[in-house]
Amino acid sequence: MQKVILVDQDKCTGCRLCEMVCSVKHEGVSNPTRARINVIKWFMEGYLMPMICQQCMDAPCIAVCPKDALSRDEERGAVALDYDLCIGCKMCVTACPFGGMGIDTVSNKVIKCDLCDGDPQCVRFCFPGALEFVDANAVNLRKKRDAASKLAELMSKVVAA
Amino acid sequence: MSLNRKLGIVDLSTNEIEIKPIPIELRKKFIGGRGLDMYLLYNHTEPGIDALGPDNVAIISAGLLSATLSSASARTHVAAKSPLTGAVGSTNMGGFFAPEMTWAGFHHLMLRGQAEEPVYIWVNDGEIEIRDASHLWGLSTRDTQKALQEELGSEVQVLCIGPAGENLVRYATVMSGMKNAGGRSGLGAVLGSKKVKAVVARGTMDVEIRHPEEALEYDYEVMKHISGTKFAQIMGKYGTMFIQSVTNSTGLVRTQNFQHNQLLDAEPIECEHIEDYTFGTVGCFGCIIHCRHRYIVDGIYDEGPEYTAQGAFGWEVGCNDFETVLMGNHLVNHWGLDILETGSMMAWAMELYEKGIITDKDTGGLKLEWGNTDVVLELIRQIAFREGIGDILAEGPKRAAAKIGKDSLKYNIQVKGMSNLHSDERPTPALALGIATGTRGSDHLRSRPAIDLYHLPVSVLEKVYNNPVEYKGTYTSDYRDYEGKPWQVIWHEMMYMAIDCVGVCKYHCTFLSPNLMKFEHISKFLHYNTGLELSPRDVWDVAERCYNIERMFNIREKFGRKDDMLVDRYFDEPTTRGLEIVRGRTLDRDKFNGMLDEYYELHGWDENGVPTQETLERLGLDEEPSHLL
Repeated sequence: MQKVILVDQDKCTGCRLCEMVCSVKHEGVSNPTRARINVIKWFMEGYLMPMICQQCMDAPCIAVCPKDALSRDEERGAVALDYDLCIGCKMCVTACPFGGMGIDTVSNKVIKCDLCDGDPQCVRFCFPGALEFVDANAVNLRKKRDAASKLAELMSKVVAA
Repeated sequence: MSLNRKLGIVDLSTNEIEIKPIPIELRKKFIGGRGLDMYLLYNHTEPGIDALGPDNVAIISAGLLSATLSSASARTHVAAKSPLTGAVGSTNMGGFFAPEMTWAGFHHLMLRGQAEEPVYIWVNDGEIEIRDASHLWGLSTRDTQKALQEELGSEVQVLCIGPAGENLVRYATVMSGMKNAGGRSGLGAVLGSKKVKAVVARGTMDVEIRHPEEALEYDYEVMKHISGTKFAQIMGKYGTMFIQSVTNSTGLVRTQNFQHNQLLDAEPIECEHIEDYTFGTVGCFGCIIHCRHRYIVDGIYDEGPEYTAQGAFGWEVGCNDFETVLMGNHLVNHWGLDILETGSMMAWAMELYEKGIITDKDTGGLKLEWGNTDVVLELIRQIAFREGIGDILAEGPKRAAAKIGKDSLKYNIQVKGMSNLHSDERPTPALALGIATGTRGSDHLRSRPAIDLYHLPVSVLEKVYNNPVEYKGTYTSDYRDYEGKPWQVIWHEMMYMAIDCVGVCKYHCTFLSPNLMKFEHISKFLHYNTGLELSPRDVWDVAERCYNIERMFNIREKFGRKDDMLVDRYFDEPTTRGLEIVRGRTLDRDKFNGMLDEYYELHGWDENGVPTQETLERLGLDEEPSHLL
């Protein structure tokens, strides 16, 4: 089943716990510069946005990779990175429009979100629920439900009036 | 790993910078954060120095668990001799500064001497630089941070002072972000006296987690538990403002300085009104409680407000206007003033005005009347910029009273020269003993046994308070009693000291809920994250050692039993309002002194509150100052 990390920016509290657990899970250390996810902040306006690999269907990183190290894993709905093929040329870093590909200067590798093999730690630790790991088919249904409940509330006021 | 984080020593007079490792023996004895800060403060200052002179030191630190998996390891601690009290100066703030300093390779930064021109300190990946800050002098806290982010990148974390710190207001804050304020003790003025406008951190260095898989699992377990408590849920919705609904309706708040213990018609400043101004909450680093709102008032963005904002710009000054609370909160953050001391000083001035001790002549025509919201906001400005009567109020309780003269001091609600929280402890002896004995002055964050207010069953009290050290006396559930309370105060002193040593937020420990973290949690977090092996009892012993070194600092500055005392009004003026169980109450002087005796005895201090030689030897403090760092 294809699952995606759904970001609800309104629920993000900017605590950056996702960054820490990501780096601990992947590198065994706390270090947000080595995390696959980062919360981008405009802290003087209170605007927060978690940014992470979007696991694109037609991914620019795959298109530019000269060694076919990046590929589409259709079963999981993810973009997979094969380190045995990767030469670290960083073309993917340049091509990605979201900053989803990063460079880890400690291990000398490019890094990206691998969905923690199906149990993304950023999602697990996001208690406010800004990050959710959901069935790709159900993403728009969830959004439709949220929008519908708002509409229903408005409609009930009109009917009541 | 955490244990390899260093101490940076910056001499502002000579521009010398020294970087030192922190010996493991000191970690075992003081852990880090507030505890190690106090060791450094005791070892690097002489008694009697001018808190605003070059001989004082300002120590900025992260706890040992900073930036690790330990349930909100976000807190920054700052220590110095306090220019407000002359006692130990200690202040603690949330945000993101301490983790960033940790990733930059440092846990403690000690500033000494005085710069001739404004500077900021740049801390970046193992290196420290002193840089010119003349372009920043005069800027508000948010404009300072904005300028430094433009200069150094949006990832940097800034700790800075505002105009109040530059103007040496004796209760100026250090600030980071919108509302992370190191408010108490006036340490913003210490940085101001050293001409340090800011400390800026940026780090990309690993903090090795000793047992990463286990740390993830244990942290998840603790966080899941905390997030499930009613306390965390209400805190995440309203922040500390929810407390007001309970304390005001009971009659446990200090209103119109100390004349009443309840604000009548307080509904307009109750927490639910934040709904009209907020667009969501934010959390400090790694925190799942997220207790502060993002709000907009008059087109200005800020964060909070907290219980203390409601007190300072609400019930203390007789106002019940929510926008004044929001705007007051913004102004103190913006200019860098301690919200609590500011509110208390204004309320005191208003009572003096009411009693005719100060008049229009002293206030420059400002009508210091209860409930005058314009005057409240104008007074904040005058204090921050030391204009008019603000110049006198900026001096803090004792010095301002000396300048005003007459019997003005009598009306001041303070201990050791620091104003009390906007709460009334006449009906609650345990809370009263806590604020009387606090090492940094009248303060609820040294030892407040807040859960005493819940009338918990004795069996619950025994479960909480008999760990990790057994108390042989008896407990009572009634918060108006005197029995068993000294031990509760000591237990919370140790809990809060321990949590301050590791740099975790107090809201995650047993402070406002009996169901949260205790000593065994700290012991386990240290094990999984750092590999420092301390049993729960060892953690308690560290806390006791650190608390005693704070006490030793105060004793060296000639503080003693006479300073562990509340003002006469607590004993002489009965409460006027509230529920029947709290109405008409005063503290009993004899019973209060009896609590103080028991408190000293349990601590192993003599009748004047001085640690005995035996106690110092038991805690390994008999060689202090030992100058190991």
